[in-house]
Amino acid sequence: MSIMLQIEGLRAAVEGREILRGIDLTVPKGEVHAIMGPNGSGKSTLAYVLAGREGYEVTAGRVTFEGQDLLAMEPEQRAAAGVFLAFQYPVELPGVGNANFLRTALNAQRRARGEPELDAMQFLKEARARMKLLGMPEEMLKRGVNVGFSGGEKKRNEVLQMALLSPRLAILDETDSGLDIDALKIVADGVNALRGPEFSALVITHYQRLLNHIVPDRVHVLVGGRIIRSGGPELALELEQRGYGQVAA
Amino acid sequence: MNAIAPIDNARGFLRAAEAMPVPAWAEGLRAAGRAALAARGLPNRRVEAFKYTDLAPLAQMTFTRPEGGRAAPALGAPRGRARLLFVDGVLRGDLSTLPVRPLSEVAAVLGELTDPMNQPLAALNAAFAEAGMVLEVPAGEDAGLVELLSIVTDEAGPIAFHPRHVIRLGAGARLTLLESAEGPDHLAYLHNPVFEIALAEGAVLTHVRLQREGRAAFFLSSVHAAIGARATYDNFTLQAGARLARNEIHAALQGPQGACHMNGAQLLGEGQHADTTTSLHHAAPECTSRQTYKTVLRGRARGVFQGKILVSREAQRTDGYQMNQALLLSEEAEMDSKPQLEIYADDVKCSHGATIGALDPDQLFYLRARGIPQEQARAMLVEAFLAEALEGLADPLCRAVLEEALQQWWRQPA
Repeated sequence: MSIMLQIEGLRAAVEGREILRGIDLTVPKGEVHAIMGPNGSGKSTLAYVLAGREGYEVTAGRVTFEGQDLLAMEPEQRAAAGVFLAFQYPVELPGVGNANFLRTALNAQRRARGEPELDAMQFLKEARARMKLLGMPEEMLKRGVNVGFSGGEKKRNEVLQMALLSPRLAILDETDSGLDIDALKIVADGVNALRGPEFSALVITHYQRLLNHIVPDRVHVLVGGRIIRSGGPELALELEQRGYGQVAA
Repeated sequence: MNAIAPIDNARGFLRAAEAMPVPAWAEGLRAAGRAALAARGLPNRRVEAFKYTDLAPLAQMTFTRPEGGRAAPALGAPRGRARLLFVDGVLRGDLSTLPVRPLSEVAAVLGELTDPMNQPLAALNAAFAEAGMVLEVPAGEDAGLVELLSIVTDEAGPIAFHPRHVIRLGAGARLTLLESAEGPDHLAYLHNPVFEIALAEGAVLTHVRLQREGRAAFFLSSVHAAIGARATYDNFTLQAGARLARNEIHAALQGPQGACHMNGAQLLGEGQHADTTTSLHHAAPECTSRQTYKTVLRGRARGVFQGKILVSREAQRTDGYQMNQALLLSEEAEMDSKPQLEIYADDVKCSHGATIGALDPDQLFYLRARGIPQEQARAMLVEAFLAEALEGLADPLCRAVLEEALQQWWRQPA
């Protein structure tokens, strides 16, 4: 079994306050792991630390991504290496056209990997095909990135980016929040389409319902900055029935 | 403008002005300029309109009169129908593709739109008035795109030149003027153009300006525009050069349903100071004005925007909008912003806004998390910040020239 992501003894603080208090987690290649936990347990902090956001100070531990020291890499290097974070709150970029943004991102990653860049025509063909699958109107390519998008459209735009960038490790930070059931299925289909022996995902969620559509190989329960239990998909159902308080006890 | 305290610091300029030969057509203008300089001097910070931009340091400089160089700088093909070229401060008929008309031909209207006693830049220009471009477009004609270039070469020395440009468009006439001013970084010269622009009914002037003077240069510039009924004055100014730059636009909407668009970008780096000061008078009903100015500062740069909109009692149904925004890319950069609305009409839509800030770290992280390297991500956000100021610029050629200038600025070191 080869390993996609290995987290060992990870501690991290935000503005001097320790949020992650020793996380150990191994995600083998080809597996989807869910991280569930109550609000404030450190789920989003973990996602941001893995993506390399400034202001999240790692105080101890190490993170290895396909054998590389992930924490030593800049955010753009992590992305080019194949790490993708689907944001809980996608950022609006007024004045940056969505098509320009997507193509710039895709080509920056391709360049970093020594692959040829896509020209505007090749890119549009790719983008249109993916958008069709996601039920996104083509007009969304012309708008500013996430500007004036509804909550559901923003999440779809995240999934579109993921589909185009085809990462090796996708981290979904509460991508299900604020989605109706149709949008939820579209997001799930997007992730499931990428599943394969060379793709792993960390699905961070508060609720079990996304996991009906993206069935995880493992479920971890994060409480107070530590993983307090791990199990198979059935653990998600148990959490749904008994609540975090009971499981943590 | 508020009362200006007497400042006696322009003696050097006055001596130089008096030493010049005076053609008959320029007598009145020169005398008015000298009188204003003698009475008011070069404004320092105690003068309200120059609170953020001190011109007193200019008084310490010694400039020479342009001699009329022999330099013939290499130029690309003309971008429009015609080109007028200043080299080292002298209008070069031999290198221009448009017949050079002497200012004496428009002597009757020279100084009509300026008020030297209250406009120090115009006063300084008047005291030295000698040459300039005269562009008159007859009623109903479309003159296409004309280029006005000013190039200061290494041979110039510390020159001061004060061209006075006169543009008059007849009823329904059209013109696009693409103006560019540049020079070497090591020369301390002064370029102080004044534009007197009169637009008759329904005329349309698009005025695109690229200020890329050398980093040791002084650039003072004032545009005075009288906009007739249903006429449009569309000004876009990029300020990226000079050590000290002051760009003043005084526009008056004098007939009903006129339009005035003043947009611009100031892109400044280490040690640069640039000031855009607009003064817009809505003097007639149902006119529209739009102003969007964006300033991006790196290093120890200082940007200034002052924008005054005056709506007279008779200017009912005025639709005015002014926005100025600054992006500070360094801790040492400084921006001063002073919007000012004076409204005497009661049926008016007039608003303004100002923001000053740094790049948004959330936006930057979002781009980097998608694999876009930090510098490229910053450039994308700066470009997006500037995009709004370029939006109104319809002419594709002018737009391309500007976009290229923006990219060039971004590539050069701060």
